[in-house]
Amino acid sequence: MKISTFVFTFKQGFKNIFRNKIFSLATIATIAACIFLFGLFYSVVENVRYSIAKAETNVAVTVFFDEDITDSRIQEIGEMIRSRPEVASVNYVSASDAWEAFKVDYLGEYADGYEGDNPLEGSENFEIYLQDVSKQGQLVSFLETVDGIREINHSDVTANILTQFNKLLSYVSLGIIGILLAVSLFLISNTVAMGIAVRREEIGIMKLIGATDFVVRSPFLIEGILLGVIGATIPLVAVYFIYNNIIVYATEQFVILNDILHFKTARDIFSVLIPVALVLGVGLGFFGSLITVRKHLRV
Amino acid sequence: MITLENVSKSYTNDGMPALNNVSLHINKGEFVFIVGDSGSGKSTMIKLLLRELTPTSGRIIVNNFDLARLRRRKIPKYRRNIGVVFQDFRLLKDRNVYENVAFAQRVIERPTKEIKKNVPAMLSLVGLPEKYRSKTKELSGGEQQRVALARALVNNPPILLADEPTGNLDPRNSWEIMKLLEEINRRGTTVVVVTHNREIVNAMRKRVITVKKGVIVSDEEKGEYIDED
Repeated sequence: MKISTFVFTFKQGFKNIFRNKIFSLATIATIAACIFLFGLFYSVVENVRYSIAKAETNVAVTVFFDEDITDSRIQEIGEMIRSRPEVASVNYVSASDAWEAFKVDYLGEYADGYEGDNPLEGSENFEIYLQDVSKQGQLVSFLETVDGIREINHSDVTANILTQFNKLLSYVSLGIIGILLAVSLFLISNTVAMGIAVRREEIGIMKLIGATDFVVRSPFLIEGILLGVIGATIPLVAVYFIYNNIIVYATEQFVILNDILHFKTARDIFSVLIPVALVLGVGLGFFGSLITVRKHLRV
Repeated sequence: MITLENVSKSYTNDGMPALNNVSLHINKGEFVFIVGDSGSGKSTMIKLLLRELTPTSGRIIVNNFDLARLRRRKIPKYRRNIGVVFQDFRLLKDRNVYENVAFAQRVIERPTKEIKKNVPAMLSLVGLPEKYRSKTKELSGGEQQRVALARALVNNPPILLADEPTGNLDPRNSWEIMKLLEEINRRGTTVVVVTHNREIVNAMRKRVITVKKGVIVSDEEKGEYIDED
């Protein structure tokens, strides 16, 4: 393609947006609606996942040792646990650490009567945090085989609830993505049908005066891409403002839930959402135009 | 230049053919009227010459292109040999006069410098040099047909097909368009005009091919519109 033809084609694609204002608005609205729904849904799902992941990091398995265990054996057990793939981190809590924490949490000023005495003697332990809470069972089975471990504390209920909830979220996500896809296809097909009516005459004229398929198609594809970019940008801006405001509102108004609700930063969310939404918008615009023009090329 | 050999065209398998075993030859530089009533097969002939349709049987050779054998990707190249105007003008309504004429050069990738020279020259030829900025919907029917003519001719095609070019025009504008077509023919372009305007055909004394029910019933030099009834 010659440079002058490319410049002309690009200009035509740009001008087409204004020539068919109603069609352009319908296309932008369709793409924007699809991406807006996608953006909201993605933000919600990501934050729910994030909150669950946060909750999982607080689920720990605690192991206590036999009374006559040596320090070197405790170290060996620590290394064995750390080398497990399902383990995220291991935290050694000595008897005095445990007592200090207990005093702060439960006794306060009444702890003075215990000066010089540690009622939690022999309660040194490992707090083990998992990469994936669903693997807790595997870890516990392993720990039960290790010599020197007296007791293993863990909550199957919490782990199971979190695991089940994660599964449920995956299914719901798939379901909603399916519905969004169906709605998008319906909206896009209607817009494409409208585009066919708008462009029939113009494409017919172009073909009759000797335009190749490539020359006929190019301005419409550029128009589709530009509409896709606009259609993606509008909902991205909208979702950005909504997202930021919701975070501020929720953290200020529902302080009590701050331990449960954890929000990803807008930067984290939009570092994924922007490229995905742009690809989606450009893809919808491009393929919508391609389908529209194809219908008329056989003149 | 244009040859039809035993050309038939049927739109349905069992119906009457729109064209039935038609043969004709048009030489380079000729001015030919194809006349006939509605449904006689005139428009089918134009569509075959534009390669919008392919014949059911027979051969069509235009400017050394065998249209029945023409590959789809070669059609644009073939159509650049033919200028075409229609009764309904088929202009791009959202563009001005200059853009409509320039469009024909853009789609065949002429350089911008050449377009800037050719379009005003062509608008002068059709008598609209001062209207280049006007939107086509602001023009009269006669002016719109002149723009369509300028667009058809700007790529300098050897053949001009005009399908009922005066069908939407008053008598004065019809005559002006026909005078323009005559001038274009004088400059060397082969002109084929499909019409059922008896007055114009009879006055111009050109070759007249009369089609009736898909068959050529007469072909006369300096002919007249034969009354079919």
